Order: sequence, then C-alpha cells, then structure tokens
Amino acid sequence: MHISFRKSYKQDIRLFRDGAQATWYLSLLVLALAMPLLVDGYYLDELSFVFIYAIAGLGLMVLTGFSGQVSFGHAAFVAIGAYAHTIMLTRYGVPWLLSVPLATLISGAAGLAIGRVCAKMHGLYLAIATLAFAIIVERLLGSGGDFTGGHGGMPVPDISLIGIDISESWQKYLVNLTIFVAVLLVVRNLTRTRSGRAMISLRDSEVSARGLGVNIAFFRAYAFFLSAALAGLAGTLLAHAFYFLSPESFGMSESIRLLLMIVVGGLGTIHGAVLGAFFIMLLPTALSWFKVLLPSGIATSGGLDSLAFGLILVVFMLLEPEGLYGRWLKIHHYFNVFPMYRRRSFQRQKTFLKTERLK
Amino acid sequence: MTGLSIEDVMQLAIIGLAQGSLYSLIAIGLVLIYKATEQINFAQGEFMMLGAFFGYQFIVLSGLPYWLGFILAIVVLGGIGYAYDSLVIRRLTGQPVFVVFILTLATGIMLRALAGIYWGFDSFSLPSMVPGTMDLGGVIIGWDHVIAILAATLLSGVLYVFFRFTRIGIAMQALSLNQLGAFYMGMPVKRLTSSIWALAAMFGALAGLLLGPIALVSTQMGFIGFKAFAGAIVGGFGSIPGAVLGCLLIGVAEPFFDIAFPTLKGVGAYVIMFTVLLVRPQGLLIQMYTKKV
Repeated sequence: MHISFRKSYKQDIRLFRDGAQATWYLSLLVLALAMPLLVDGYYLDELSFVFIYAIAGLGLMVLTGFSGQVSFGHAAFVAIGAYAHTIMLTRYGVPWLLSVPLATLISGAAGLAIGRVCAKMHGLYLAIATLAFAIIVERLLGSGGDFTGGHGGMPVPDISLIGIDISESWQKYLVNLTIFVAVLLVVRNLTRTRSGRAMISLRDSEVSARGLGVNIAFFRAYAFFLSAALAGLAGTLLAHAFYFLSPESFGMSESIRLLLMIVVGGLGTIHGAVLGAFFIMLLPTALSWFKVLLPSGIATSGGLDSLAFGLILVVFMLLEPEGLYGRWLKIHHYFNVFPMYRRRSFQRQKTFLKTERLK
Repeated sequence: MTGLSIEDVMQLAIIGLAQGSLYSLIAIGLVLIYKATEQINFAQGEFMMLGAFFGYQFIVLSGLPYWLGFILAIVVLGGIGYAYDSLVIRRLTGQPVFVVFILTLATGIMLRALAGIYWGFDSFSLPSMVPGTMDLGGVIIGWDHVIAILAATLLSGVLYVFFRFTRIGIAMQALSLNQLGAFYMGMPVKRLTSSIWALAAMFGALAGLLLGPIALVSTQMGFIGFKAFAGAIVGGFGSIPGAVLGCLLIGVAEPFFDIAFPTLKGVGAYVIMFTVLLVRPQGLLIQMYTKKV
C-alpha cells in the first residue's frame, strides 16, 4: 500500500498527486497522441466525439458537480456556441482561430445572464428555469428564419487553421484532443485555486460559505459563466463533427444526455465527466449487440434506446450514486488494502428527511 | 391582438381556463408530493400519460363501459404510484434533492418508452365523458372543457376539506412539517408517504383522462407536465392554492400569448414563468423562506 507523506504545504494542490500518477497520466496522453497511427478513421471520429462530449460534460460538471447548481438545459449553451460559431464562419467570414474563442465568449455571456437571472433560485426552481431556457432557445433557433437556418438547418464549413484545411479524421482528432487537454488543465487548475474551492464550499453549504467570506452571488454567476463557456466551446467543435446544424439536435433529450453523462461518470469529479463521455459513446454500440438477442418486435420498436437510457440512470441512482468513478475508487481501494477490504467502509448512512423550509 | 372580437376573447379565455384546470390537476399532484416529502416528481406528466393510456386500454381496446374504465384507470395509477414510492423512492429519503430529480426524470423516460413499446408511438383518441358542445350566447365550448373546469374546481374543494377535517389529511400535514416527529407520534410514516404518491398519481391519471378527448393520447403528452411545473412555480410551489392559481394564469395567458408573439408559439408558459420569477423569485404566494444550515 502506498502512503504519501506530507512534506510541504503545496502538496495538496499539486497538479499531480505524486510521480506515479504523473507518469500514468502522461503515458495516457502519449497513447492518445499516438492513436492516429494505431486505429483507422472511424474510431478516430468516435474518439473525437468522446472528447467533445467530455468538454461539454466538464462544463456541466463545473456547474452541477462543483458549484451545486442543477442545469436541465445545458444543451442550449452547446447550441448557442455551435450556432454562433457557424454563423460567424459562414456569414461574416471570421477566421476559425478567432471564431472559436468568440463563440465561447458569447455562450459564456449567455450563461452569465442566466446565472444572474437565476441568482436567487435553488434546486427545483433552477432546474425548471434552465429547462425553460433550453426550450425557449430551441424554439428561437427554429423560428430564426434565414439567420439560423430555421428548422431546415444550416451546413457547417470545414475547419481552416491559418490557411491549412483540416478535413481528414486524424487532423480533426488532433485539434479536438488539443482543446480537450487544454480544457482538462483549466478545470483541474480550477479545483486547485481559491475560486474552485469557493464553488465547492458553495455546493456543500451556502450559509457556511458565506460565513467564511465567499461572495456567493459572484461565484454562482462565475460558475455559470465558465460552465456555459465550456459548453459553447464543445458546441463549436460539435458543429464540425455534425457537419450540419438543426435545432432538434440540441433539444431536451440532449440536455438529459449531458446530465446522464456526469451522473453515470461520477458527480463532482473530473474523471467522472471523461468516463461518462466514454460511456455515452459506447452505449449505442453495446445496445446494438444486445438488440440481436431480443425478439425483433421489441428490438425495432424504437423505444428500446430510451428505455435502456432511463433504466441505467435509475440503477445508478439507486445502487451507485457515486458513478463509474466511485466504483473505480472502490475497486482501487479493494486492491490497495487487499485482504482487509470490508464492504462496510463505503456503506451509505441511513438518512431522514431534513426539511429546508422554515416557517 | 386587435383582430379579436369579444366572443373570440371569451372563447379563448374559457379554453385557456380549461387547459389551466388540467395543468392544475397535474400540479396538485406535484405539490402534494413536494409538501409531504420535499421530493420533486418529474415523472408526474408521465403518470398523466399512463392514466390516459390505461383509459384507452380499458375503454377502447377492452370495450369496458366508460365509467368502469375511467375508475379502473385511476385505481391502477394509484397502485403504480404507491408501488413506485414503496419500492424505489423510499430508498432515497433524505438524499440530496438532485438524486430524486434524476431518478424521477429517468423514470419518466422509461415510462414513455414502455408505453411506446406496448401501445405504439402513434396518437390515439379517447372518447369524451359527455360529447357535444354547449352554446353560451355566441361562445361555443365543448363539454370536455366545461368538465375539466368543473373537475378541477370540485377537486380543489374536496382536497381542502380532506386536509382540513379528516384524520388522515391532518396526519399528512403533520408529516410534511416534521417526518421524524410524525414517526415518534406513532403515525405510519411509510404508509402515509406512499398514499400521498398514490394520490398524486391518481390526480395525474384524472388529468390524463380529461385531456385525452381534448388533445390526443400519445407518448408525447407527458411533456405537458413541464407546463404544470411552470404554473406551479409561478404560483409558488409550496402551496396548493398558489399552484392552482399559477396554472390557471398560465392556461389563460397562453392562447393570447401565442397570438401576440407567433415566433414564440408554444413556449409562452415558460416566458411567463421567467417574467414572474424575475419579479418575485419565490413565486406569487411565498411558502418557503430561508434555508436551514
């Protein structure tokens, strides 16, 4: 069993816990960089999708996992990013390198506005407000006429990086990977700094956070800004992966997919968003294997995908609310303390209803 | 808005009132559950959908007499609500609200898929309780709408009497104030909570059975539940009169909103909700004050 001794005050906020961890993550990065040499275009496209969804998931994780504000409409921010990016590229001829940060900022500004509007809302009110926002955005994109392409949609041009056309799978893969790693670093650094810790304290208890001098209104809005900006960034990349934008691809089910992703992955952890993105992308493939075993009447009825989707969420919520990452930690712990593992060490406490109302 | 005659306005207002009454039937279920357990049931719209589908199954497919099918559908949904709480939701008592959000939302997705697999993803029509229309001096309204308004009014009254004067109603109120305290007083907390879920599901089923003849029965009808959410939030989620008021407001405002802003057709309920929340973040009738530490 590995024991890490405290040797300096900075130890708790280092980028990697120790050298072993750094080696693991850097070798993962090398493997990811070498992927274009190992597998063909189809798998690279799939991996690109994983990275893009992981970016959106990290965005939602900042909001829901760190600052504890639920969003049921995060696909709206992805849509805003994607549409702003595409409109700037096609209508105004903005270069790709400039258009991506601009679209990210536009989406972030939308998030900031919603964050300010919802500053006093909690729990249910916030969930419904974000859901309503997403429904309104989808509706506006649909009735936007020529500007947004309406329900007919809008084609997305290829990426052109300072004169170089990025159209091959491996080129796109590398672009997506670079941005994904950058976002990972941003979010990881957030948890190492004061603002990230302020958000987490906000999640755990707002009153105690205020007692410790955290500016609640600011950090709630900041979390919204950052989260929407990351979702918008994912949107700009997603636009190129889809080739074609239509309002329906950013509907409510997409928001729920994002939510499923971070919940199944493990709420409140960076690993969770990435594992969740892998899970989301593998699910359709796994389902298509499973469908072969079923009677054809049920397999082709079209409801099976959403049934499996709902069932997985229910099972995770009931049996493993910590998600895939929580399960991984338990397995890791099992081998770490090998003969001494006890089921009790992770048992959930019995809880009673604690009212939030004062009257 | 200028092109509307006074009859048109009346017509739209009454149809809106009927729609609002149906929203409020769904919202009553939401508020019941919220008040008793502080859990939010995002599957309430799907309970309504199931109610309509069971009505379709009993009345149209099995050919039972209308009233028998009607009552059977409500009873079946009551059973489903009771079972859902006692088998699933009870295990999450005291967990963060977010967990129950996701769980009920996922249940809604599952119920929609199951209904689609069993009954199909098409639209079906449900017979009316009283077919035909009535004429009110130039304003023609279907009996379906009138019955929806009457049912919502009547049931709000019944619910008031139930919570004010019956033993079990008062027990449910005590439960909503302090669960542990109610348990110490010897109340059957688990049974009461499940009964509240059953009651909420039955209200949903009733809304579905009344909505069936007006709109069509389909797997998509559960999304109306979100408008009931908007209505309940406009009124203030913690109180039944507030929720009913908010739903009626949204129901009446919606048709006029659609005419005034055609680009935002269909999302009027949410725009209204946003506007109200901007002015009064706690809803029109405040029920919750501050959070405990």
